[in-house]
Amino acid sequence: MAAPFDLNDDSVVVIIGTGAGGGVLANELAQKGISVVALEAGGRYLPEDYINDEWESFGQLAWLDPRTTSGDWRVAKDFSGLPAWIVKAVGGTTTHWAGASLRFQDHEWKAKTTYGDVQGANLLDWPIDPREMDDYYTKAENKLGVTRTGDRPGLPGSNNYMVFEKGAKALGYKEVSTGRMAIQTRDDGDRIPCQQTGFCFQGCKWGAKWSAAYTDIPEGEATGNLEVRERAHVARILHNEAGKVTGVEYYDANGSLQMQKARIVCVAGNSFESPRLLLNSASSIFPDGLANSSGQVGRNYMRHMTGSVYGVFDKPVKMWRGTTMAGIIQDEARHNPSRGFVGGYELETLSLGLPFMAAFLDPGAWGREFTSALDHYENMAGMWIVGEDMPQETNRVTLNHDVKDKYGLPVANVHFDDHPNDVAMRNHAYKTGQAIYEAVGATRTFPTPPYPSTHNLGTNRMSENPRDGVVNKWGQTHDIANLFISDGSQFTTGAAENPTLTIVALAIRQADHIAQEMSAQNL
Amino acid sequence: MSHKESLRGLTRRDLLKRASAAGASFVVGAGFLAAPDAAWAYEATHLDAETFATLVQMARDIYPHDQVADEYYVIAVKGYDSTDAAAGIMAGIAALNAAAQGKGFNSYLATGWERDRVDILRGMEDSAFFQQIRGGLVTGLYNQKAVWPIFGYEGESFSKGGYIDRGFNDINWL
Repeated sequence: MAAPFDLNDDSVVVIIGTGAGGGVLANELAQKGISVVALEAGGRYLPEDYINDEWESFGQLAWLDPRTTSGDWRVAKDFSGLPAWIVKAVGGTTTHWAGASLRFQDHEWKAKTTYGDVQGANLLDWPIDPREMDDYYTKAENKLGVTRTGDRPGLPGSNNYMVFEKGAKALGYKEVSTGRMAIQTRDDGDRIPCQQTGFCFQGCKWGAKWSAAYTDIPEGEATGNLEVRERAHVARILHNEAGKVTGVEYYDANGSLQMQKARIVCVAGNSFESPRLLLNSASSIFPDGLANSSGQVGRNYMRHMTGSVYGVFDKPVKMWRGTTMAGIIQDEARHNPSRGFVGGYELETLSLGLPFMAAFLDPGAWGREFTSALDHYENMAGMWIVGEDMPQETNRVTLNHDVKDKYGLPVANVHFDDHPNDVAMRNHAYKTGQAIYEAVGATRTFPTPPYPSTHNLGTNRMSENPRDGVVNKWGQTHDIANLFISDGSQFTTGAAENPTLTIVALAIRQADHIAQEMSAQNL
Repeated sequence: MSHKESLRGLTRRDLLKRASAAGASFVVGAGFLAAPDAAWAYEATHLDAETFATLVQMARDIYPHDQVADEYYVIAVKGYDSTDAAAGIMAGIAALNAAAQGKGFNSYLATGWERDRVDILRGMEDSAFFQQIRGGLVTGLYNQKAVWPIFGYEGESFSKGGYIDRGFNDINWL
């Protein structure tokens, strides 16, 4: 049967969410001839629709449904209703991401073994051998067209990069480049090469950056095996007496409740919505929510240790010109406990336009100390810090029954406290970043606090033992064989690298597994 | 003396003096604010002139940029000159003036030095009124496209083909 599929068709795989995990999984399954219904809460926007204006684009793409926050992280104070800056649209946050596509380092798959016992951290090894991922990483790099992999050249360096590179080399850093980016550099593919336009976070109007919205989704649809239903907000996953999932209830674009039957359900709604959906699907058989016999659903929320450093110089930089994030220093990404923390961090160039700089440089600040920084906006260079943060059981997504969304469903509360290891790493990274800019003559530097999270990980984590996590090495829930998790929430630990490439590699791998299990009649 | 009463008996010249002591904008009559060179003008309809001028001064003192003319601060706060917002703004500005008077000044607008006005603002920075004005300015001021060139920011470049041939790597001082 070809798409569109009937609501009562119980042979389909239902995928919830169409981002790096769900969007890729949908296409991969469709390419194998498997019928897929993908339910996407957001609308469909393509390059011609993207708006190169920060606030206007934010209004168009960001997930703005209510959420609440708690904990000692500064985001809870500065942006209490906006714990994450992620996208509600077909293609999910692949619309917004910068494109950094890094493989995990081998030891990061085995954080518990490598780092040992870290007090207060709920560390665990991934149940995956790094060598199992090599081929999938290569497939993911080829799909995304990642620079500096295969025979693809790197991007050219922008002004912001050249300042960053000179400072890094002055400090003796060796692993400095314009990075591995899922951005087209040559005129030889399906995508137009990068025109150095900026606004990578607002959706690439050239389509030079990989996004599932205009690659995997239409490719999957072209097979006739994939139906994407936009503005379909899933409320609940349904199951039978035997404890197998049977379908999902969702609110369609008109706000009407629909029920789609399913052979398999894959959840890929990002690390807030995925656990929220499992918890909101509680029943008499599963009173604590689906797939939650371990009690780990929603726990071990990770957001990467982040922060930014901006430097002001006595001459113009014009950091907004060109690719938003195309510069990386990797020397500090290795595990070197002599620095006073476990794990490592990457430094990556970043720029914000004037409107977002005003909002994010030092949220809440005012007066001349603040405005004199913005006065020199044209002379600013910027970098972002991204490092491994410690999973903690108490950092978690729970249901806030006091706050309901427009469908009357309890919203997600996101609780996060920094671990001392996160704080030590951030302070080290601030010092490093400030030293980099001072080495090039910065007259003033700013250790800028974390923005609302873009890397949301770990709330349905992967574990060897069902007691320790929610899913097995295939992303299949330990409790329910035909229920899968397909997004970053399955991360056991976060590693130092931007997560998208790993989410994509895991989705390709999961598609192989699901197809194999379906043909073996195990699912 | 109430805020309204304090306005009574003031001549236009007095108002002009008070306003110009603190900033570059002029109160030129009932609810009417204009630049000295009349390059722009805004007529407040729901707020009285002194209240609106005080609000503009407060906006500048929160996010002071000496190279940004008053008209942009006026645009940033003129949304408060509305039926819904006016009462809250008048109460907030009255509190601001009371705080100024508590420190020995006639009013906020009559407080000549920025450091003294900032000191007054620091004393009320946790108030809902201050946070309403500050929070609104983050977008109200910095999201004005006309303000961007003053900071050198160029906004979108897609319509010009990006920067690939227009200086994405033109830095010459490294």
